[in-house]
Amino acid sequence: MSEERESAEGAGRVLRVPDAGLVLLVGVSGSGKSTAAARWFRPTQVVSSDACRALVSDDENDLAATGDAFELVHAIAAKRLKRRLLTVVDATSVRKDDRAKLVRIAKEHDLPAAAVVLDVSEGTANKRNAERTDRDIPPRVVARQRRDLRRDLKRMDREGFRRLHVLRGEEEIDAARVVPERSWNDKRDLAGPFDIIGDVHGCRAELEELLGKLGYGIERDGGGRAVGAHHPEGRTAVFVGDLVDRGPDSPGVLRLAMGMVEAGDALCVSGNHEAKLVRALKGRNVKRTHGLAETLDQLAAEDEGFSARALEFCDRLVSHYLLDGGNLVVAHAGLKESYHGRSSGRVRSFALYGDTSGETDEYGLPVRHDWAAEYRGRAAVVYGHVPTPEAEWVNNTLCLDTGCVFGGRLTALRYPERETAAVDAHATWYEPTRPLRPAAAPADTAAGAEAPGVVDAAVLGVLGRGDGTAVETAHGRVRVPEANALAALEVMSRFAADPRWLLYLPPTMAPAPTSADPALLERPQEAFERFRADGVARVVCQEKHMGSRAVAVVCRDAEAARRRFVPGATGAVYTRTGRPFFSDPAAEREVLEELRAGLTASGAWERLGTDWVALDGEMLPWSAKAEGLIREQYAAVGAAARAALPAAAGVLERAAGRGLDLGALGARVAAAQEDTEAFSAVYRRYTWPTEGAAGLRYAPFAVLAAEGAAFTGRDHLWHMRFTESLAEHCPLVRTTRYLVVDATDPDAVAEAVRWWEGLTGAGGEGMVVKPFDGAEAAGAKGLAQPGLKVRGPEYLRIIYGPDYLRPERLEGLRGRSLGRKASLALREHRLGLESLARHARGEGLARVHEPVFGVLALESEPVDPRL
Amino acid sequence: MLLTITARFRPATDLGYLLHKHPDRVQEFAQTHGTAHVFYPEAGPDACTAALLLEVDPDRLRRARTHTAAASFALASYVNDRPYAASSLMSVAIGDVFRTALKGRCAARPDLAATALPLTLELPAVPCRGGPDEAHALFEPLGWRVRADPVPLDPGLPDWGDSRYISLTLTGEQRLSEALSHLYVLLPVMDGAKHYWVADDEVDKLVRNAGGWLAAHPLRPRITSRYLARRRHLHRRADARIDALGALEDLPEEAPAERPPEEEAREREPTLADRRAGAVLSALRAEGARTVLDLGCGGGQLVRRLLDDAGITRVTGADPSADAIAAAHRRLRTARMSERESARLDLFCGSAVYRDPRFRGHDAAVLMEVVEHLDPWRLPALEYVVFGDAAPRTVVVTTPNAEYNANYPGLEGGRMRHPDHRFEWTRADFAAWAGRVAAAHGYRVRLLPVGPEDAATGSPTQMGVFTR
Repeated sequence: MSEERESAEGAGRVLRVPDAGLVLLVGVSGSGKSTAAARWFRPTQVVSSDACRALVSDDENDLAATGDAFELVHAIAAKRLKRRLLTVVDATSVRKDDRAKLVRIAKEHDLPAAAVVLDVSEGTANKRNAERTDRDIPPRVVARQRRDLRRDLKRMDREGFRRLHVLRGEEEIDAARVVPERSWNDKRDLAGPFDIIGDVHGCRAELEELLGKLGYGIERDGGGRAVGAHHPEGRTAVFVGDLVDRGPDSPGVLRLAMGMVEAGDALCVSGNHEAKLVRALKGRNVKRTHGLAETLDQLAAEDEGFSARALEFCDRLVSHYLLDGGNLVVAHAGLKESYHGRSSGRVRSFALYGDTSGETDEYGLPVRHDWAAEYRGRAAVVYGHVPTPEAEWVNNTLCLDTGCVFGGRLTALRYPERETAAVDAHATWYEPTRPLRPAAAPADTAAGAEAPGVVDAAVLGVLGRGDGTAVETAHGRVRVPEANALAALEVMSRFAADPRWLLYLPPTMAPAPTSADPALLERPQEAFERFRADGVARVVCQEKHMGSRAVAVVCRDAEAARRRFVPGATGAVYTRTGRPFFSDPAAEREVLEELRAGLTASGAWERLGTDWVALDGEMLPWSAKAEGLIREQYAAVGAAARAALPAAAGVLERAAGRGLDLGALGARVAAAQEDTEAFSAVYRRYTWPTEGAAGLRYAPFAVLAAEGAAFTGRDHLWHMRFTESLAEHCPLVRTTRYLVVDATDPDAVAEAVRWWEGLTGAGGEGMVVKPFDGAEAAGAKGLAQPGLKVRGPEYLRIIYGPDYLRPERLEGLRGRSLGRKASLALREHRLGLESLARHARGEGLARVHEPVFGVLALESEPVDPRL
Repeated sequence: MLLTITARFRPATDLGYLLHKHPDRVQEFAQTHGTAHVFYPEAGPDACTAALLLEVDPDRLRRARTHTAAASFALASYVNDRPYAASSLMSVAIGDVFRTALKGRCAARPDLAATALPLTLELPAVPCRGGPDEAHALFEPLGWRVRADPVPLDPGLPDWGDSRYISLTLTGEQRLSEALSHLYVLLPVMDGAKHYWVADDEVDKLVRNAGGWLAAHPLRPRITSRYLARRRHLHRRADARIDALGALEDLPEEAPAERPPEEEAREREPTLADRRAGAVLSALRAEGARTVLDLGCGGGQLVRRLLDDAGITRVTGADPSADAIAAAHRRLRTARMSERESARLDLFCGSAVYRDPRFRGHDAAVLMEVVEHLDPWRLPALEYVVFGDAAPRTVVVTTPNAEYNANYPGLEGGRMRHPDHRFEWTRADFAAWAGRVAAAHGYRVRLLPVGPEDAATGSPTQMGVFTR
């Protein structure tokens, strides 16, 4: 803290106050605080105790309301400080206790406090008070206040104010002006572009190589030593700290970094190693461990004065920077959102050492809490400190320490491009105390024995904090509100398969926009139009099978299952909500065995270079899984209608025979009978007897993943051919009919419409139109919809009711709104791609489970179930 | 859906007077959910048939049905039997279209309204839980000859058997008003559901329409319970009023012989539930636990008892079901709790198979009748979360003893006590699991019986107290 006390001499005093923090106006009643506040600050910045007293009591003079009024003052101040706003408290604040409470509120929000004392004579104050008609302040009150103030004034600089200004007399008050000053860490005006560089730890050669790779020209002194680096396009390097210790040339790194910072080519935040070096160079008693000894020895060999320069440089490093309008935060060990742009001892500790609690692990290193797993902030936080094998985004945070000094790599992030660049370490300069492991992944592994299949509840966003979670995907963040996550918790806990099998849950699919033809709800033209409009010209139409969605993970042998999934099994088949598909384990084993034999016979293991495969498809018939539903909901409706309608037709006929005029009633009953028969015909087609695995057919339409690979980048032709080859060797597998269509060719579209009419005319459910390029196909704005379903008019009877095709009903149904469903489908699709990508990269269970759980959570969103 | 009423007395066309509907006219009556048509397919001097044909508008039904739609089937409000099957919608139409006849009033033929007449009622599609037998049991005590034919589920799927509908014909000598009141009350009873929320005024409707015959009906408890949608406080109120009516009219006082089976079950069950909770509390006291985590707290039954124990300073209840937590808040009346009491309680959604920091820092954790609701492959996760991560000094686990099921009628042959149970352990199974878990996580375990012990099969519930 740089407390200062400015003298009373001189006119036109400049009052420096923090632009984000607390300012106390201190002075007796009648000292002119409110008048000055109105001149120096905006009305919304000023919290007045008199105004609060009026708010809670209807009377500015009600002294009995003082306690409540100050609670309100403090509450408003706290809220504003939480939002990092300049806040001015206009109260007498002549008593030390009153000021201490306010200073504590500023500290709680990690922001500085300043005080401006308006010291006027009693006479001046009494004269002002006498002029006021709204208040009656007796001179004895002013005298007491002034006594309190005079007594404390000399020692007020020890009360924790970063700035203290004492203005004596009306003249000085009138002449003074306020200048808000930014805090050291506030560089929001700098928009970059930046190259943020991870922990260097004395690896000068690697740093020079990385700067060269990033396009910087290195400047050298007469001795050939690097003393600066400038980027021709004016980019700014940002060091995340830990320039020194452990590595071969800490002085060389400091020389280069200092030169860049002095020339304005770089910014640098302090790492914990700089902080410790500062203490060592200042002669404090510190242990020469963790590579400090090497640095001190290297510095001893440098020129006279270099150590002093290094000390000055390191001592002045701030602990974090807020950059690019607040969108980017750089801090050595990361920074949680509530600390961004703030300064206090604990903010500095967090930025230097991370979220520690004093515990140490089995290697004697401090246990760090995974703040990034809980980070939900808008600003990207780029940091270092914790060596990890790979720099990966976690909740909009990125750790750039890829362990260069331990033989890893030196990594930089290009911002705003968000691309990383890295160079390999030239040697293992220092042996790590503990093995490197991913920063965000907990200790569990896919088939770990310690905590089998256990994930932190925090990953799911169900800890009752109200904010849910946000999953960082390759195609943007997907927010999962807490209410949705809670709705999925029970299903995932009590009904799902072992989470280690769940590498993917199928996203929901949107239907084509409502047909322009008023006699239909859905038809192909609108699907093609939608893809055309999204810049997707080539699509594939796939026959839609009516069964139950089933993801099959098939392992070649028990070893593959043990290594990658669950020991003691050889695969799993699960539903779109992650439940085991079969209640009978024998049936599951049989289906897996058939698929395994087919994969072996078709040479799939060798072709994909894997010992396991995950397939996504439809298990037929519908009745195999849904017999209860068909019986209770569909067949029952048919039964009731078939019993009631002929009887109704009979009495109507007899009544008509008596000459009664029944209008159109008879015709309506006859139409309902026809609708019933058509309705029953639909579900009967998807019903045939099965016994265990006997009678089942499986129609895979996507190969999701295999060892080290997700096949989401392959086009649909590749997937279709895989299934065709599998089907040749596996009687269980059914192929899918498809048609590749150029959506910009009217003839091709017309042919596709005829193809769809053929499918649906023969009793098929309909088709799905997908971008030809596959699941990762790009649309005009990011990912394209992975598919749009176009269901046949007869099929839709089992969705909208037997009679939905009657014009009066159809009219009402055509008003359906599809936007929500389409948005949901796309968000779930992003999560699906992400979980497969993470699984392919071999990330831990928690990282794979996060997007998988997200899909199930989003499924609880209320969307029209008919879509 | 259709109801026909055929009269066979002379002149049969007097049925028109009784129904207040002229035999030669076709009439329409707007209903909340559609249109009721009344017409006579036959009107001769020997036989006269009135037809009530109710056309249901599915869109209107849907708008009104939001709160009664079956949660398990998302499309229930689009694909359902209500337009065809005679259910509470038909009751409402009878009460509206034939309101005067139902009250037994007929200005033109008052003597006829008070006389038992030869009538035939026909309903081609009636949803009936319990099938034809149920229809016989409900209507025969009222003096009807009953013909109830099951309706096949689907002629296209002959193997699938019969549907839950019957085609119902009732023949007998009845006052018309009583005949209508039988249908009015018993249609929703057969269906076991109503299309509207059963509010307190349903008791009035029941007493008004069945006061004359329900007191003596052998299935009175079942009828009352189902008619009032199993809302027990309504059931009690209706019972009291029907009993009072009986006394006034000096009907033979027949004590309700049979209590509704649901209620009986509830009263037998709490005995064991009470003993179980008592055993858990004793174990917690013995271990001196002052802060207790109830995992899988459900509606908060144990939480209530923990809060009532002054020795326990803090109670945490967690359940993966948001509905269960909401129910626990209601049961425990947390909204009306004193600050001192609510400061002792924390209720939240949490799952014992996900590692959760909120589970830590308790003296004891309770898993009362929880493990058997998890699939066996999830147990290792629960073991890690509870014993390995939360790791309280004491863990109390209770679970059914499968061997004891032999003492429950209907649970022979390996059937389990609850459809959601994924397994039920024998004493040996439980001992093996408990021993393994205790050894793996550094606990000692002692096993105790809960409930009356049987020499051969042990106690109904088994309890393990883990300590470290």
